[in-house]
Amino acid sequence: MSNPPPSSEITPEPLFRRRREFLKNSALFTLTAAGTGGGLLALTGGAPEPKAVPAPEPPPLKVLGRYSTDETPTKYEAITHYNNFYEFGTEKTDPAANSGTLKPRPWSVAVEGLVKKPFSVDIDQLLKWFPLEERIYRMRCVEAWSMVIPWSGFPLAELVKRCEPLGSAKYVAFQTLLDVAQMPEERTHLLDWPYLEGLRMDEAMHPLALIAVGLYGKSLPNQNGAPIRLVVPWKYGFKGIKSIVKIRFLDAQPQTTWALAGPSEYGFYANVNPAVDHPRWSQATERRIGEFSRRKTLPFNGYADEVASLYVGLDPKKLF
Amino acid sequence: MDSPPRRPVPLPWLKPAVFVGALVPLGGLAVQASRDALGADPVATALNRLGLLALIFLLASLAATPAKMLLGWTWPIRLRRMLGLMAFFYASLHLTTYVAVDQRFDWPVLWADVTQRKFMVVGFAAFLLLLPLAVTSTDASVRRLGYRRWKALHRLVYLAAVLAVVHFLWRVKLDIREPLIYAVVLGVLFLVRVVEAVRTRRAKARGAQPSVA
Repeated sequence: MSNPPPSSEITPEPLFRRRREFLKNSALFTLTAAGTGGGLLALTGGAPEPKAVPAPEPPPLKVLGRYSTDETPTKYEAITHYNNFYEFGTEKTDPAANSGTLKPRPWSVAVEGLVKKPFSVDIDQLLKWFPLEERIYRMRCVEAWSMVIPWSGFPLAELVKRCEPLGSAKYVAFQTLLDVAQMPEERTHLLDWPYLEGLRMDEAMHPLALIAVGLYGKSLPNQNGAPIRLVVPWKYGFKGIKSIVKIRFLDAQPQTTWALAGPSEYGFYANVNPAVDHPRWSQATERRIGEFSRRKTLPFNGYADEVASLYVGLDPKKLF
Repeated sequence: MDSPPRRPVPLPWLKPAVFVGALVPLGGLAVQASRDALGADPVATALNRLGLLALIFLLASLAATPAKMLLGWTWPIRLRRMLGLMAFFYASLHLTTYVAVDQRFDWPVLWADVTQRKFMVVGFAAFLLLLPLAVTSTDASVRRLGYRRWKALHRLVYLAAVLAVVHFLWRVKLDIREPLIYAVVLGVLFLVRVVEAVRTRRAKARGAQPSVA
């Protein structure tokens, strides 16, 4: 048995109570502040993000082809982590996070419709048909942001010739893979799956229209449309259909996914046009990803000299 | 030297704790911005986050009365003014970010926004509606205006909340699931008020009539 402490060491009761009260209140304060702050971070996606993947060194630039821009390419990290690919989710970071389910090999592309002879070709076979070249293109999204992307690929025109379309073929239509096991968000009804796009034949034959299979000198990451995708730099980005499994030649304008989803907001042509606003936002300016201030959007995304002649006589207001 | 018995403030930690918690997302934004960790389009990230915070605080301030009606809780009422002011604070930052950082004071574009683009019009209108409420949020204003008029003025918050949700709905390109959640929350908060008002009126009507036994 120890002796009772001397009375001088006994805390007077009111002080004891106040101290306990203070400790209790401090704890409740901390819990409530942390709970409020944590809850808000969770709701607004403000929690710290995992460290980003290191970007590979860009390959030494080859001599730029006639159609490449000399503008500084957007960082690899941004090109591969800021994507619209609704098959993997609608947030810009979803495709990078969720596209691991996509299997770009084995992969085949079917060619159908108004062609001499329909066929299907394995992607690795197809890649042997054409020499790859690097094309550094501007990419302007309909959401008013843009990038500069060093694609690897070959002209769509070369592939079209190889398909031997009939004279009656006036349009070419493209289709993305439809497979909920590989593209989980195709379970939703956000868009009418599979994703469809199309071009007029003369657009498809234009030397700027590119079939891309890589970027920054490497194979396309899944989130950028592996293993094979379309790039049409004078049109809004959504025309650049990804992970293509089918190409069809038609005599009538094909249906396209965004034009079906919002006919008043997205058209078949979707040429970049600063003078025609999206019904809900301006298309006059854009933010180049990686830059802070906005830049002016150029007609046909700066490719007017090359492509404006394709649309002579068409009402530019209808080319949204 | 007896001190007069102090009336203890109930839950003295509550208000300062929520105040500090409410500023955590702003701190997070600042830290991430300084580390260049706001993604590929940091301006858009900041803009979206500030706008969403404004909407969350607006809805939180509107939840105080239903919390009392449904659960009998009175402590949210004591937070209501602060929550409303937080909504205004974040809405101001959201608007300032758009005007100063995103559009760099490009007045012709901003004018076109508020005259032609409906989604901008409703967002700006929601902010304008919050402005007089923030200005008259003091006890002195309640006294000056008189409680009735003050309360009538502050009913503008309902309209501001509807416009804020519509602003969010019209902003998204296609996937309206997230804004729909906020629309549903706002709808529920309105519904509780309506049900309670109807019940009160019926109770009064019954009380006025002599009961026939």
